[in-house]
Amino acid sequence: MDLRYSESDEKFRAELRAWLNEAVPAHGSAPAVNDWPARRAWDTGWQKKLFDAGYAGINWPKEYGGRDASLTEQLVYYEEIARADAPYVGVNFVGLLHGGPTLMVEGTPEQKAAHIPYILDGSQVWCQGFSEPGAGSDLASLQTRAVRDGDHYVVNGHKIWCSFAQAADYCELLVRTDPDAPKHRGISWLIMPMDADGIDIRPLPTLAGEGEFSEVFLEDVRIPVENLVGEENDGWRVTNVTLRFERGTAFASDMISLQRFVGELIDLAKRVTRNDASAWQDRALRVELGHLAAELDALWAMVKLSVCESSKTGVPGLGGSAVKLFYTELYQRVSDLALRLLGRAGASRSDVGSLPNGMILHRMLNSISLTIAAGTSQIQRNIISERILGLPRDRRPR
Amino acid sequence: MDFQLSEDQLALREGLRSFCEGRVPTDQLPELEKVGGVDRELWSELAEMGVFSLRLSEDAGGVGLGSADAVIVFCELGRRLVPGPLVWTHLAARLVDGAADGTTIVGGVDLAGADAQTLVVEHLDGIDRLLVVRPEGIFLLDPRALSGRALPVPTDPLTPIHEVEALEGGEQVGGPSDAARLRLEGAALVSGLQLGIAEATLELANEYAKGREQFGQPIGQFQAVKHILADMFVRQEVARAAAYAAGATLDDPRVGDVQRAVSVAKTTAGEAAVKNARAGIQVHGGMGYTWEVPAHYYLKRAWGLENLFGTGDEHAEQVAACVERASHASL
Repeated sequence: MDLRYSESDEKFRAELRAWLNEAVPAHGSAPAVNDWPARRAWDTGWQKKLFDAGYAGINWPKEYGGRDASLTEQLVYYEEIARADAPYVGVNFVGLLHGGPTLMVEGTPEQKAAHIPYILDGSQVWCQGFSEPGAGSDLASLQTRAVRDGDHYVVNGHKIWCSFAQAADYCELLVRTDPDAPKHRGISWLIMPMDADGIDIRPLPTLAGEGEFSEVFLEDVRIPVENLVGEENDGWRVTNVTLRFERGTAFASDMISLQRFVGELIDLAKRVTRNDASAWQDRALRVELGHLAAELDALWAMVKLSVCESSKTGVPGLGGSAVKLFYTELYQRVSDLALRLLGRAGASRSDVGSLPNGMILHRMLNSISLTIAAGTSQIQRNIISERILGLPRDRRPR
Repeated sequence: MDFQLSEDQLALREGLRSFCEGRVPTDQLPELEKVGGVDRELWSELAEMGVFSLRLSEDAGGVGLGSADAVIVFCELGRRLVPGPLVWTHLAARLVDGAADGTTIVGGVDLAGADAQTLVVEHLDGIDRLLVVRPEGIFLLDPRALSGRALPVPTDPLTPIHEVEALEGGEQVGGPSDAARLRLEGAALVSGLQLGIAEATLELANEYAKGREQFGQPIGQFQAVKHILADMFVRQEVARAAAYAAGATLDDPRVGDVQRAVSVAKTTAGEAAVKNARAGIQVHGGMGYTWEVPAHYYLKRAWGLENLFGTGDEHAEQVAACVERASHASL
């Protein structure tokens, strides 16, 4: 059992850190959250810099232009990205974590050539068209219909929670191509150009008041048949190719950043006064914060353990569900403590005096989505109990 | 980096697991209760397995393994609730003649933590020597010279308890830094025992949930039950990562802050043990509330371990202090 990073990992760290020390300050500060053209430019501009420096697609294979870093180098990468406060993957998320990897496995040579290099260098932005108002956790019950008409599919339906739809060039779209087949067997995976006629994007503000995602209404949208990824009606399997990656190391940078946040809460606790003393002098608070910090350290050890396991088997393990479940609920408990530290000043979402309300309330409100997105906590518990512990499946209607 | 168990570690685990399963089967716990704690025959078999001499160098007659290996071994002992002052005798291997080979059974009392006033001693009748840890050092006492009385009903039926009048004096066998080190190592080993409890309680509950039927189906098919089990799994995995990391950090301090890693393990594994033991009883329903089903032994043991070498809260406070120092260092 060896927890040390290798010499080559540390060499990689030193190079990356030196590059980030220059590149991050040079990229400037993030634009306003609802200014989509500026956000797209800022996020994709950063992706281009990563690409030029050879750090884009850290986990992508070399044949697709990625760095193909070892899993421990990936951990180093996420540690350093968080340490440097580098821009988050942002609008590039769907392309880099879903669309690109799916095309690598399932795409035709033409599809790969048309998209993969451009996702990697930041010139092509993707969004996700999976969920529907009636198909959330039960994604396979989706109803958006695609009917073949010559060399096109004609698509009608209603998608929801489409992150970055306003900024995207393409959408990974799940449609029903065979309404008579069992629900998992009549689904297809299409590449939808977002400039096609018949697409109506309506932003759906989050409870944080941000326009992170949209509803997308599709009316007689014509998509060329060559945009089908995988076989017709085999879209459910295609989808599952990439879903596990989302539960693997995708959160690694955020975990490190959350660890740093706990350090910042200590500084905050020293500055706020409770009962005529600094809050940090309250042992109960130190104990509570210590429990959260301990769980975060344990979480990071868990990620290392699961990474070492995957590097032997080659695929992200089911343990990703345990990591996702634990991390997201822990994040919310840390947020609760942060808000309590703000006390009455927490009534404001902008800074009060020297208190970092803006940053804390932003984290607090955004963290509410974590236990819902990418498989709710309840779905993760089903996965753990059924697929890891071997408990009998629920009785579900077919 | 290779955080997985090595071939040797897997073999070590298998060896201990099959020994414990054969020698301390769960359905024998009521029998062990009658023995009243330490069984000398079992003790010498544990010594032969290397449980006490594990971390002594081969030159000193030991097995020459490290703290990560010891955590793995103590996890197996925890899974089967093997009774007796296992951690104390293991820690005494370097300090007390006969501890390593099982001929001298060594118990102990930790008076260096927050609870320094309570004068209760575990397994007093079953031990040959007693270590007392105070902030100023480690002291070796003769348990037979202590005056005290047996408390008639120990909370953990497998851990008899005495109340003594005083724990003073004794031969000093270590200084303040030895005492601090012993408490760190002790906390890491206890986190191994706690991980074992988290594992065993999940295993028992999972088996029960698959077999027990209500409303015409196994109770484990109901989400209300399976989500309890999923949470037990998460706590077990958190505790595993933390306990292994504590062992690995003790073995190679270059990978991190030893105090922080050990405190993380003691707090998270302690929580996993108590919460999983409690959840295990809940899954067993009314039967879980009986003496016959072994679930209660785990909860009672988990409560006791919580107080060995610092409670979860004491260690959490340590973690907070370590994070405070680290975030200052990085500014």
